[in-house]
Amino acid sequence: MNGWGELDRFLHTDPRDVGCEEAMAMLHVYVELVAQDAGAEQRYPGIAAHLRACGPCSDDYEGLLAAICDPSDGGDEGPRIGPLS
Amino acid sequence: MATPHRSSSAAPAARASLDAESGEWLRALRGSRAERQAAIERLHALLLRIARNEVNRRGARLSVTGPELDDLAHQAADDALLAITAKIDDFRGESRFTTWAYKFVILEVSAKIGRHFWRDPGVRLEAEDWERLPDRLGFDPAKESEWRDLLAALRRAVEEELTERQRRIFVALVLTGVPLDALAIEMESNRNAIYKTLFDARRKLRAVLTANGYLNDDISRRP
Repeated sequence: MNGWGELDRFLHTDPRDVGCEEAMAMLHVYVELVAQDAGAEQRYPGIAAHLRACGPCSDDYEGLLAAICDPSDGGDEGPRIGPLS
Repeated sequence: MATPHRSSSAAPAARASLDAESGEWLRALRGSRAERQAAIERLHALLLRIARNEVNRRGARLSVTGPELDDLAHQAADDALLAITAKIDDFRGESRFTTWAYKFVILEVSAKIGRHFWRDPGVRLEAEDWERLPDRLGFDPAKESEWRDLLAALRRAVEEELTERQRRIFVALVLTGVPLDALAIEMESNRNAIYKTLFDARRKLRAVLTANGYLNDDISRRP
């Protein structure tokens, strides 16, 4: 992208943008929809708009998505106590 | 800001039915002392693994390495565990328990990296390095005659149209390159408030540049 495109992108604001607070409040739900290819952007257009514009929140989104997509994620194994021991 | 931050249009049900794994986590974390302790240890191990992966993922962009990076991961996991156990009643089953829990540790890593920035920032908050802006935006120096007026107009708009707070935030984030989370700490604010202020500044700058014929509503006027 050249300078004009980059400046244009930076100055573009999306009125659907929900901001950091709301995006982070629902991030765990959003990333699961993304991981399941279940229409996250369609269900939460305001969060999608925010993640396109906010570097720090986008970074957190990438990190959480990587965490739940990690093949060594032990989450499915549960706490390994009680009935799951 | 003039409220672009409206609510998400598809809020989930208040309390979804729990999957078996999440239910087991909740049962264990609310169980007997021994059960709870075992669950906490297991959860901490998971959080530490996620924190380590996350600091390594971001590591290339940080000035932190080796034991310091691992220490940061430990701190993030410890603090995330405290937050999770304190807020466990807030978990509404909208996602797997582990996804909800991992969010805490990812956000802790972010926050700690933001704080770490000021240990060796390498920049002055007030520095206004307009000379670096063309390069940061990707303008071709050989074509300066094509973008010089645009950036001069942008600078004028920043200096004349933005509020003092908007200008300070624009300068720190865009010209000086201070990370947003680090700026939030320095200004004793938070990510959301800083983002909203920059959002309003971006919209105001675009309106000014559009009114003066440098941009239009669809796409920038390119030479």
